[in-house]
Amino acid sequence: MAAISPDSVQTSRSLLPSVEKREKLRKTRKFRDGLSLYGVGAGGLGVIFALALIFVYLFYETMPLLKPVSMEVSTTYAVPGEMPVTPTMHLTLDRFEEIGGRFSESGVITFFNARNGAILSRIELPIPEGERVTSFGRSESRKSLFVYGFSDGSVLPVKVDYEITFPDGVRRVTPRLSFPLGAEPTGIGGKEGAQYSALEIVDGRGGYVIAAGTVAGDIAMALYSTTTSMLTGTVEIRRQDFNLPNLGAPVSQLLVNESLRNLFAIDATGTLHHFDIVDRSRPVLVEKVALVPSGVEFRVAEFLVGSRSLIVGGSDGSLTQWILVRNDDTGQSNLTQIRAFKPHNAPITFIEPEHSRKGFIAGDASGTVGIHYATSSVSLKFLSVADTPINRLAISPINRVALVETVDAEALTVLAIDNPHPQTSLSGLWGKVWYEGRDAPAFIWQSSSADDAFESKLSLVPLSIGTLKAAFFAMLLATPLAIMGAIYTAYFMSTPMRKIVKPSIELMEALPTVILGFLAGIWLAPYIENNLPILVIGAVLIPAGVLVWGYLWSRMPANIRNSVSAGWEAAMLVPVIIVLGWVTVSMSPWVEFWFFDGSMRQWLTDVGIPYDQRNALIVGMAMGFAVIPTIFSIAEDAVFNVPKHLTQGSLALGATPWQTVIGVVLLTASPGIFSAVMIGFGRAVGETMIVLMASGNSPIVNFNIFEGMRTLAANIAVELPETAVGSTHFRVLFLSALVLLAFTFVLNTAAEVVRQRLRKRYASL
Amino acid sequence: MKQWWKSGSPWIWLNGGAVSISIIMVFGLLALILVRGFGHFWPHNVVSTTFVQPNGEVMQVIGELRKSETLTAQSLREAGLALPADQVLATRHLFKMGNRDVTGRDFVYMVDNFLGEWTYPKNIAVFERREWGDFYGVPARLLESGQTVAEGDALWADFQRRLDRSNRLFDDIRRIERHDIGNVNFRLERVRLDQRRAELRGTLTPEMEREFAARRQALDQEYAAIQDRLNALLADVRRDAIVMQVADGREVTIGLDRIVNAWQPNNMSAVSKVGFYIKSFGDFIFGYPREANTEGGIFPAIFGTVVMVLVMSIIVTPFVVLAAIYLREYAKQGPVLKAVRISVYNLAGVPSIVFGVFGLGFFVYVLGGAIDSTFYPEALPAPTFGTPGLFWASLTLALLTLPVVIVSTEEGLARIPSTIRMGSLALGATKGETLWKVVVPLATPAMMTGLILAIARAAGEVAPLMLVGVVKLAPTLPIDGNFPFIHLERKIMHLGFHIYDVGFQSPHAEAAEALVYATALILVLLIVALNLSAIMIRNRLREKYRAEGD
Repeated sequence: MAAISPDSVQTSRSLLPSVEKREKLRKTRKFRDGLSLYGVGAGGLGVIFALALIFVYLFYETMPLLKPVSMEVSTTYAVPGEMPVTPTMHLTLDRFEEIGGRFSESGVITFFNARNGAILSRIELPIPEGERVTSFGRSESRKSLFVYGFSDGSVLPVKVDYEITFPDGVRRVTPRLSFPLGAEPTGIGGKEGAQYSALEIVDGRGGYVIAAGTVAGDIAMALYSTTTSMLTGTVEIRRQDFNLPNLGAPVSQLLVNESLRNLFAIDATGTLHHFDIVDRSRPVLVEKVALVPSGVEFRVAEFLVGSRSLIVGGSDGSLTQWILVRNDDTGQSNLTQIRAFKPHNAPITFIEPEHSRKGFIAGDASGTVGIHYATSSVSLKFLSVADTPINRLAISPINRVALVETVDAEALTVLAIDNPHPQTSLSGLWGKVWYEGRDAPAFIWQSSSADDAFESKLSLVPLSIGTLKAAFFAMLLATPLAIMGAIYTAYFMSTPMRKIVKPSIELMEALPTVILGFLAGIWLAPYIENNLPILVIGAVLIPAGVLVWGYLWSRMPANIRNSVSAGWEAAMLVPVIIVLGWVTVSMSPWVEFWFFDGSMRQWLTDVGIPYDQRNALIVGMAMGFAVIPTIFSIAEDAVFNVPKHLTQGSLALGATPWQTVIGVVLLTASPGIFSAVMIGFGRAVGETMIVLMASGNSPIVNFNIFEGMRTLAANIAVELPETAVGSTHFRVLFLSALVLLAFTFVLNTAAEVVRQRLRKRYASL
Repeated sequence: MKQWWKSGSPWIWLNGGAVSISIIMVFGLLALILVRGFGHFWPHNVVSTTFVQPNGEVMQVIGELRKSETLTAQSLREAGLALPADQVLATRHLFKMGNRDVTGRDFVYMVDNFLGEWTYPKNIAVFERREWGDFYGVPARLLESGQTVAEGDALWADFQRRLDRSNRLFDDIRRIERHDIGNVNFRLERVRLDQRRAELRGTLTPEMEREFAARRQALDQEYAAIQDRLNALLADVRRDAIVMQVADGREVTIGLDRIVNAWQPNNMSAVSKVGFYIKSFGDFIFGYPREANTEGGIFPAIFGTVVMVLVMSIIVTPFVVLAAIYLREYAKQGPVLKAVRISVYNLAGVPSIVFGVFGLGFFVYVLGGAIDSTFYPEALPAPTFGTPGLFWASLTLALLTLPVVIVSTEEGLARIPSTIRMGSLALGATKGETLWKVVVPLATPAMMTGLILAIARAAGEVAPLMLVGVVKLAPTLPIDGNFPFIHLERKIMHLGFHIYDVGFQSPHAEAAEALVYATALILVLLIVALNLSAIMIRNRLREKYRAEGD
């Protein structure tokens, strides 16, 4: 350093930045370094967080399915109505939960603000001079159709509609009362002056039906059909009367279903008389059913929405569900109890079905209200509202508010209910469920229909079975081909050929599955259908042909054998297999002619195996094709990376190459091959497009290779775009996505862990 | 024999057979797509023959042979055909007979037994029409405003000239409809939104209202002018027509404005067929779809796929770089990181439909809904971003391909020799500088490989896209001449979805089949090209580092 002359110092000064500048530069660099550290850290963590968000979000969307039901008293107010208050016949609520309606015994209908009880309007029915109200009947809740019966035996049907207007852009709901059969009370049957103990009205196919029963056990029924004149616009009403046999006991309740096929008359002893009224002029008594066991009194029965099933409440607090089940021997439909709900502690006094799904609320004599759901057969919540028996209940069409009136009470109680997804109990999703209109409990996926009264069937079992079925058949094809191919490629194949073969098979993985699905559905499915025997012939002929070729080759003169160097056998087999394939295809019609009476498809049907054109076989072949490269690639790596000294040692000890493969290579690489199969299986489980296009998508529960299936993934693709956001169906689809995610994630993680351990073992060997 | 069996060679041969089968399957599949896809555009000869119908009537048939297959006679007998009892095999041919509007049956299977002699008359013409599929027939007369102007030999040349004219006019009409009218509508909608926005903010003054009305009126006038021009063109394009004789001798008049393309395949030389082939291939790639996508081109689908993939790449690249560098360089290596890394890798194996569900639920409904209520309240209740669209599709695919690219990039980072890093640090560079100036540039090719693989996967992915923004027919392209030029909220068309939709949801599945093969071909070519380039980059990269590492 001492040797540096002043001159050189001067020149170097021009090169080096000044102290301040260096300080500044250092600061900038440090800042940048920190920026890089924290920026990258934040970005990286952000990405990991975003990926974790998938789990969190799917879970968040499915959580509401598990949320317990809540029901609590939100307010009470004085019973709104006329002065003096007469007993309530019925309560209603509109779909915006703003307006309540109260039908009283004096024939006055009062509409009131459902939140505070303020009276909005009061309508008096035109009761005939000098008569009084003796009975009341109603149709399903969603129809808002009611009927009053008067002491002179006449009846007056009443319909409530809610008119929605938007004055000044604010929604306003106005209740409107109408008389579908005119404002004049009308007679029913021939019995003038009869006092009805039971009254029922139905707006069915073909007109209004009103049925009335008396204490004497008589039942009268009338069908009112309305025709509107095209020219004058006047409505003409025609009435047909029908009489049913006497029950022999006071009629306590009458129920007619919407299809106007069955009439259920329940007498005071709790016996249900089931009449077939398809031919209304000649009603047939089909059966008598005891709705309650002896020692228990029948209290009340009500149809669930759609009037296909009946909920029966007894004096012991029991609640049972009955549907018509067709008896194959007699050809008749019999009323059968399909489930019982958790009983109340006191006699049931009132049942109110929900408007658009298969649930109901029930009140009992101890003042407790219970929420029950039929499809999932659960009793979701009980709430003690009062000490006196429940008299009337009303639930809003969107199931969030209920009105409760107890006997002798001066106040109405308003309940706030939160019960959005009653259908998804564990048994509802995974167990056999006895659905309405079915002969027996079954696993069914049938998520939607145009009608509110449809019972949606959300069993995940058919979808899960379908998923496993598709994956199973795919693996059946892919596993042997891929693993055998991997062993050969990694261990026997010559290096130059391997360099071509491996990328080619891996290229298969990149082929869009939509193309595979398209080919499977459009080309392969009809082809196989017309040439079914090629499967049988191919499965026998091709392996046999390969073996024969192998044997012949070993007998060939040495100079021919040596012309193909070792490790190129597979290349030599390509033309052989093509020829064998051609033979298979051209033999197919002949085999069909010789062994299967000319048409194998017909033959299959004759022996009782249903055949769909798009079936599990086609899916298996197409998806097998998609899975082969996945398994092949990983298994090939595992085999190829078996340390060379192990195989060489084995060969040196005198084992044949094949013995070495079985005894050393496969044994060492088996965890890797296992993880390859697992990853392949994961891919097959989640594959969407192939199944969507090649499977027919019918959610059936069987393992027939010649029938289709619907998988979880395909089901999501088909149904998610069309379902209502936030509905039970929507959330169940999210649940199935979560199931798929969790399943494949666990599978892949297990496979990855196995592979990592294998890698460590290889390193230590 | 026994010894050969014992040596284990049979097993080796069987294993070899498995490889051969896999190889045959891969190349067989590619060959199938190539042959069928490329075959779609070739002007096949048209057969003229007779067919004896089951009721004994003889019918004249003109059609294009689509395929022939051999079946057992029994299966045809079961289908109700009267075949001789001693016949074992039967050949049936699928003819494309076109003329969907005339006969109602454009694809017919005919069993060889009932067919007469096949001839290839030179004067048969094939029309590709704008509606009702193809038309097959013999030209009879050419009409101008209802008057015959050409017949016989002179007809075809004159017809071609007039067809060119009508097609030019039609292109003008299409341009006006698509571009000019679309533009006016776009501006009208904007006026409406501007007004609504002002209304919502409470800043709408009577002055502004007048201004909006004036703007609207100006646009209405513009629209009326365009409409006049359009009407004139429409009247003009309908001038010419041609009278054609179909197979059963009936005469059908077809307006030239209904015809896209016309050719006489039996009268074409091989050279002109090649020319025709190239032209129709071009039309397919650059044309717009017609007839519920079963005819015409696939340009919007190609365009949609490319734009979506590009947007995805733009989204995915920065995040991948950050995540990979974080995992490899900054994060503390340990069991937690190992678990995180395995989880990220495993997301690559999660079914794509799950990402679609997430995209629909979280991106579209949650994020999109929030964006709409914050930035586009004037358009509500019509959603802007709260509905599936280009951006959400790209974002979902970005999430889907993230793991793939992260794995690849991490590998690239790991492969860079530590000597290079050490060298940089030893020269006084900070860690950040070493990373961004030395390591990352070296790892770029690896990242590119990953990105290309991701693009290939994204281009072929369909299931999640069905949920988050791909539709059967998008009325507008996601990029056009209207500000802001790239419309991220628009729905797009996609090649893969096009295949699914046209192949499985279209009313004329048979007519569309050839087109689907051609679409599949384009998609396969795109993906194979992407994959091959990724493989090439990877190989070159390996060589490079092998050299530098030594």
